[in-house]
Amino acid sequence: MRYVLQRVGFLFLSIWAAVTINFVLPRLMPGNPAGAMFAKFQGRMTPMALKALEAEFGFNNQPLIIQYLHYIGGLFTWHLGLSFLYYPTPVTAVIASSLPWTVGLVGAFTILSVFVGTSLGILIAWRRGGLLDSVLPTTFMFLQSSPAFWVAFMLLFIFGFTLSWFPMSHAYSNSLVLGFTPPVVVSIIYHAVLPGATIFLSSLSGWMIGMRNNMINTLGEDYIVFAEAKGISGGRLLFSYAARNAILPQVTSFAIALGGIVNGSILVETVFSYPGIGYQLTSAVSSEDYPLIQGTFLIIALSVLIVNFIVDMLLVKLDPRVRTGGVSS
Amino acid sequence: MAQVQPVLELTGVSVAYETPKGPVQAVNRVNLTVMPNEIVGLVGESGSGKSTMAYAIMRLLRGNAGVTEGAIRVLGEDIYGMDPKTLKKFRWNKMAMVFQSAMSALNPVLTVEMQIIDTLRVHKPEMSRAEAQRRAGDLLDLVRIERKRLRSYPHELSGGMRQRVVVAIAVALEPDLVIMDEPTTALDVVVQRSILDEIQAIQAQKQFSILFISHDFSLVSELASRVAIMYAGRIVEIARGDSLSLGRRHHPYTEGLLRAIPELTADDVVIEGIPGHPPDLVNLPSGCAFHPRCSAVMDICRTVRPEPIVAGETLMECHLFTKQEVSESGS
Repeated sequence: MRYVLQRVGFLFLSIWAAVTINFVLPRLMPGNPAGAMFAKFQGRMTPMALKALEAEFGFNNQPLIIQYLHYIGGLFTWHLGLSFLYYPTPVTAVIASSLPWTVGLVGAFTILSVFVGTSLGILIAWRRGGLLDSVLPTTFMFLQSSPAFWVAFMLLFIFGFTLSWFPMSHAYSNSLVLGFTPPVVVSIIYHAVLPGATIFLSSLSGWMIGMRNNMINTLGEDYIVFAEAKGISGGRLLFSYAARNAILPQVTSFAIALGGIVNGSILVETVFSYPGIGYQLTSAVSSEDYPLIQGTFLIIALSVLIVNFIVDMLLVKLDPRVRTGGVSS
Repeated sequence: MAQVQPVLELTGVSVAYETPKGPVQAVNRVNLTVMPNEIVGLVGESGSGKSTMAYAIMRLLRGNAGVTEGAIRVLGEDIYGMDPKTLKKFRWNKMAMVFQSAMSALNPVLTVEMQIIDTLRVHKPEMSRAEAQRRAGDLLDLVRIERKRLRSYPHELSGGMRQRVVVAIAVALEPDLVIMDEPTTALDVVVQRSILDEIQAIQAQKQFSILFISHDFSLVSELASRVAIMYAGRIVEIARGDSLSLGRRHHPYTEGLLRAIPELTADDVVIEGIPGHPPDLVNLPSGCAFHPRCSAVMDICRTVRPEPIVAGETLMECHLFTKQEVSESGS
């Protein structure tokens, strides 16, 4: 219980740090977003409008601490400013419309990849030296070593462009009105196949090989030999004794890999023009949409922190040693 | 003496590890019997083949190790003639083992109770969960751990408690033979003492045989009725536990080991080691493997390997001894 409270405390501390850095960074840059927008309009904007914009973005000549308090207050009321790119749509609305796509696509396929990779790792370690054990690692190593963008382009070229089996962009068919109806669901899944396959294939082997190595180490542990000697066999030995212990480093790797997932989503969503948060971030950067960049960063930081927290809690459930912090009572 | 069936009977057992340098003969044509309710010690330096022998008896040798000749019988049954299913049942029901590294012999993610119940239920599927739980509590009583520790995870227990749990798991199905491979090596002397006392008490209560493996000579000679001394994969002497003192004649290696035990009551403690190092098992010395380190080496030792001389329950493998001398010193 103490451990859980500690983690919750740490979660809030890191959220505060992320929020603060997110506030400080744009203010360290020369100029301000309102100025950038003013320049974009090439004199067709009056100084009055500029003043109004600056006020809107919170870039006025008030002391930093006041600006900071305004910013924090804005967060609590879920007000992150207006996007330039989609002016005058609020940043929160842009994020709200793109975040579900990323969570759905990247989240689902990453979890699928972790699940399948880990299961395959258990299997090939258990049948070490078997046919699967010699074929799978080499095959997936090849996929792993090819860069994700290359895999994405190849899939796009072969299955999208040449064979036309799958759509080449967007998250669902333009002819449909978004809603929770069967044709829309089918269309969403159909559109998710290629970007999903990219995410799945480019991370699968890491999970598989990692789990295989953990398993092989665990299978050499004394408690496995002891369990085998005392008669435990089959599924019980494989799961409760071997895999239950081998999976622990895997969970930690997952937490570490989360940061990379964001990178992956930027790449995949850009290649497949998928309307997720990564795609929004790239468009925001290329059109110097500061509020949107800031808001996106904030959301990415928050998601990584929250998922890390969930993984921490999962680890508590899986490893009794974490609960007491490894100290014997 | 009436025909009593030995609990453990090794006849001419050899175990070899396949290595790139060639086969390593870890156990070399060993003969040993353990009678019902007997505690037999097995002593030797690191690398003399003690643990390998224990794993061979349990048929737990893995990878590149294998029994190359001889037969191992437990309660008259050939361990290597069993099909895997029979072996799985036989192991732990009839013979169990306490591992050298008891500290790491418990699964860190399961409670003590689960690990005991697993053992019971895999061999007795008809046993109800409640009954298995009750048995688990009884077993903890037996090794003198509070019952509330059933809910503990291994990392919440001290080293001595973990070792006791492993002993409890080993005797869970009341086997006839328990092999204990250095069960107290990782513990301090006080805990060591109390665990040994408990092992002796449980053994007296439950009536089983123990093959006690250790490199602690004084510990074994106190505990065991007979002690087998192993050198370079061979048993060079089997002596009665109470005869193990410097006043009696022994194998030169045994005498070397005896001289290495400090005497607590002596005014001047003189400890002598045995000069040299244990031999390379890939390239054993000719003749008697011990001859390069032996203080009483003769010409014959360098070329001819001594044959084991068996006298009753004792054994001697040294050119210094005649059959008559062995039977006299062994009685």
